[in-house]
Amino acid sequence: MALLSVKDLHVSYGAIKAVRGISFEINEGEIVTLIGANGAGKSTTLNTVAGLIKPDSGSVDFEGETLLGMRAHKIVERGLALCPEGRRVFTQMTVAENLEMGGYTRTDAENKETLEKVYEHFPRLKERRGQVAGTLSGGEQQMLAMGRALMSKPRLLMLDEPSMGLAPILVQEIFDIVKQLNEAGTTILLVEQNANMALSVADRAYVLEIGTIKKTGTGAELLVDDDVRKAYLGG
Amino acid sequence: MTEKRPIISTGGPQPAAGRRRSLSMPVRYAINAVLVLVILVLGELMIDGGAINRYQSTVLEQVGIYIILAVSLNIATGYLGQLPLGHAGFMSMGAYGCSIFIIRMSEVLGIGARDFVTGSPMTVLLVLGGLVVGGLCAAVAGIIIGIPALRLKGDYLAIITLAFAEIIRVVMLNIDSVLGFELTGGAAGLTGIPSYTSFLLVFGCVAVVCFLIHTMMKSRHGRAILAIRDNEIAAEATGVNTTYYKTLAFVASAFFAGVAGGLYAGCVGVLQPAVFGFMKSIEILVMVVLGGMGSMLGSALSATVLTILPEALRAFSEYRMIAYAIVLILVMIFRPQGLLGSYDFSLSRIIERVMNRDFPWSRKGAAPAGADDGKEASRDA
Repeated sequence: MALLSVKDLHVSYGAIKAVRGISFEINEGEIVTLIGANGAGKSTTLNTVAGLIKPDSGSVDFEGETLLGMRAHKIVERGLALCPEGRRVFTQMTVAENLEMGGYTRTDAENKETLEKVYEHFPRLKERRGQVAGTLSGGEQQMLAMGRALMSKPRLLMLDEPSMGLAPILVQEIFDIVKQLNEAGTTILLVEQNANMALSVADRAYVLEIGTIKKTGTGAELLVDDDVRKAYLGG
Repeated sequence: MTEKRPIISTGGPQPAAGRRRSLSMPVRYAINAVLVLVILVLGELMIDGGAINRYQSTVLEQVGIYIILAVSLNIATGYLGQLPLGHAGFMSMGAYGCSIFIIRMSEVLGIGARDFVTGSPMTVLLVLGGLVVGGLCAAVAGIIIGIPALRLKGDYLAIITLAFAEIIRVVMLNIDSVLGFELTGGAAGLTGIPSYTSFLLVFGCVAVVCFLIHTMMKSRHGRAILAIRDNEIAAEATGVNTTYYKTLAFVASAFFAGVAGGLYAGCVGVLQPAVFGFMKSIEILVMVVLGGMGSMLGSALSATVLTILPEALRAFSEYRMIAYAIVLILVMIFRPQGLLGSYDFSLSRIIERVMNRDFPWSRKGAAPAGADDGKEASRDA
């Protein structure tokens, strides 16, 4: 049984239909990516799964139970963590306080252990744990946002455009960490505009176009697919 | 800036920096409790001894009432990061709720107006009960307005709360003719309120309210509220029930405003709906903004200054509003984050510094002379 299964999802903002009947599945241990251009409905899909937006229709099942109608904070408790787009860290809190907030749904004892693990993945955060998050660089803020999402010990980690606005070398670093996290046992749903990077780490990928799924396949297949190359990989 | 700093500077436990000597929580509470008691007793003695005259003690009571109003509004503006413009509405709910409760109950219990001055145990209980009733009235109003209003943000929230406060004012004005019996006294005002407010009661309430707000904001609930201020979507994504905590902060803010309203009623003796107009809400908001949003000490300090200043300038009555306005303009130009920014005073922290011989002047060159300054700089950035 799939860890997360989304069926025929429709989401709209007022009169504008952002997602028009998307279906996809993620199995335990996979990295799955949704790629597509601006406005394809990638972030909307993630936010809907995380409970931040209500869908018009369709179903979202996590471990066989529906998430529809569940509030966002309950979904976090279930083991789904969203690392939102645009590095939304708590700018006035320190790095350590941000991470503590990430473990908000868990006990202090559990958090202590998880915190050490997060620091292992992100040694930079450990160095800067006393620094106010708003003064971190873009890459560090992205790491913090990811670390914070990990603090809830999610079964499924959803990353919304982790490479956004980062220098190429940092993008590489972030994706290395994504791989590491996956090898350490976290299932990952990755939304990206940087299709090249996303496809190279993903087990499977879905290509979104104006709210529908155009293509699906393994990361390696789509990297060499002609249509995908033309549309997203610049050749 | 590498030192871990709590969000509300409260002198929380420092990280393991060598063997720093620190105070345990009970000791901290004890020190602060003793200090509060000393101030209360000292003030009371000065009033009894005649060092503070009747007029001055009334001004002091007003100061205390405005401190409660400002620190309570600070929960919604400074900590939750919203901009409600209807604080006077909650204050009036509390004022009417408390004074009507006390008037009616003293009739039932057969307590005369004189007993409130002598302060028998029964009247003390009645007054405390009245303040709680006033707070609850305001809290109920807070829930009613909070649930729909908190779906909105910024300007929209400001307008909806403003409208709500006006509704409360109009209701207080006209409810008697709707009900068919006298409840609020309408435009003529509610009279016959015993003068139950005293220096001791007001500043006792100030201490309790500040303590409650402080502990709330230090707890995980407070952390959740601050997270919402910083970034609502991120807070929701990390598992904070944002609706619940926004409402909680808003209702707590309303409750304490209601308590302040109850004290206000006993201080002035007559309630007229016109007093609780839009300007009253603005006045309280100005105190919070001037003192520094998110700083309890700042709110208290500017409430004190802005209450005493107009009184002190009575001799120049034509100019005092100009002086008031100029002070505001200057502060907003030169210290837009408010006088104290988000800094909060902590007696325990100062004592700990002394215990560790950690004085500002004994630190070497590059040592963080003021981590708070750095923090404020980052807020500006």
